Amino acid sequence: MRKLLVISCLLLIVGGVSLSFRAERKKNSYAVLPKDSVGSVKAFMSVYKVLMSARCMNCHPAGNAPLQGDDSHIHTMNVKRGEDGHGLYAARCSNCHQAENTAGLHMPPGNPKWGLPPENMKMVFQGRTPRQLALQLLDPKQNGGRSKQQLIDHMAKDDLVGWAWHPGDGRTLPPMSRAAFAAQVRLWIAKGAYAPSAKAK
Amino acid sequence: MITLTVNGQKHDIDADPNMPLLWAIRDIIGLTGTKFGCGAAQCGACTVHLNGEAVRSCVTKLSRAAGQKIVTIEGLSLNNDHPLQKAWNEMNVPQCGYCQSGQLMSAAVLLRENPNPTDQDIDDAMSGNICRCGTYQRIRAAIHKAAAMQMEGAKI
Repeated sequence: MRKLLVISCLLLIVGGVSLSFRAERKKNSYAVLPKDSVGSVKAFMSVYKVLMSARCMNCHPAGNAPLQGDDSHIHTMNVKRGEDGHGLYAARCSNCHQAENTAGLHMPPGNPKWGLPPENMKMVFQGRTPRQLALQLLDPKQNGGRSKQQLIDHMAKDDLVGWAWHPGDGRTLPPMSRAAFAAQVRLWIAKGAYAPSAKAK
Repeated sequence: MITLTVNGQKHDIDADPNMPLLWAIRDIIGLTGTKFGCGAAQCGACTVHLNGEAVRSCVTKLSRAAGQKIVTIEGLSLNNDHPLQKAWNEMNVPQCGYCQSGQLMSAAVLLRENPNPTDQDIDDAMSGNICRCGTYQRIRAAIHKAAAMQMEGAKI
C-alpha cells in the first residue's frame, strides 16, 4: 500500500513537471537559434523596410491623424485617431472603410479591424530609427503587451497586418512577400532579437 | 431578399447584396432626402445612421446594412423638430442645400456623443462633410445653437 502511494506521488510529480514543460514550450514555441547579433540585425533591417513602407506606416503615424497614399500624406477630411484608434464622432473609420476594400482607384480600403493603434499606446513607426523601432517592438509596454511569440503571430497571421499585401486597387505592396516578411521576423527573434546600432539607417 | 429597417419601417428588397445602400434608399424605397455626391466616401452628402453611426451610404453595401437599424434624414425626428433642424432653420444654414442632409446626420452623431462641443470638436466631427457653397461658418454656429437648445430642453 505504501509502495503504491509512493509510486502514485512520483507519477503525479513527473506528470506535473512534463505538463509544465509543455506549457512553457507552447508559450515560447518560436524557434531559437544560437545567438547571432549580426544575423539578427540583418533580419530586422528587412523587417524594418516593410514596417516603414506606406502600407504599414500609414496607420502607425507620429501624429494623431492617419496617413494616406504611397507618399504618406496626412489623411484628408481632418480624420483623427480618437481614444480607441477608430476615429471620432461622425468621422469613425468604419463610417467609410468597409470590412473589405471598396473596388476602384482612390476608393476606401477596408478590413473589419480598420483603425490606428489606440491613444494610450500609439505604436508609432513614422520617424523611428531601426534601433528605436526594434526596441519599441520588443517592449510589451509599447507593443500592445505582446510577448515575442505574440509579436511573431501578429506579424505572420494578423488579418489587418495581412491587408498590406492585399491593399486594393492602385496601392503598392510592401517590399517583400508576407511569407518572406514573417520568416525575417522569426529569424530576427530566433537569433536573439538584437536591436540595430544607433547608427543603422 | 434583403430586409432593411429604415426609419423604423421594414422593407424587403430584391437586390444585389453588393448594391450601395444609397441606391436602395433613394431608388427602391424612395427616400430622396439622402443625396449622391461623390460615390467614393469623400464628401459626406450620403451620410445616414447605421446603428447610430454616420456611415457613407454610397460605399456601404446592402449586405452590411441588412437587418441593421438605418435612419435617414427623413427619420431624424418625427416633425422636423430635432434641435439641429430647428437651429438650421432659424439660422438659414443651407444655401443650395444639397449637402445639408448629410451635414445634419453627422452633426446629430456629434451632439449625441458630445452635448456641448467646442469649435475643435465640431471640426473633428464635421470635416468629412463637404459644402460647395461654403456654409461652414453657419453650420458651426447652428451646431452651437442646437447644443444650447438641447441642453435647455434637457433642463425642462
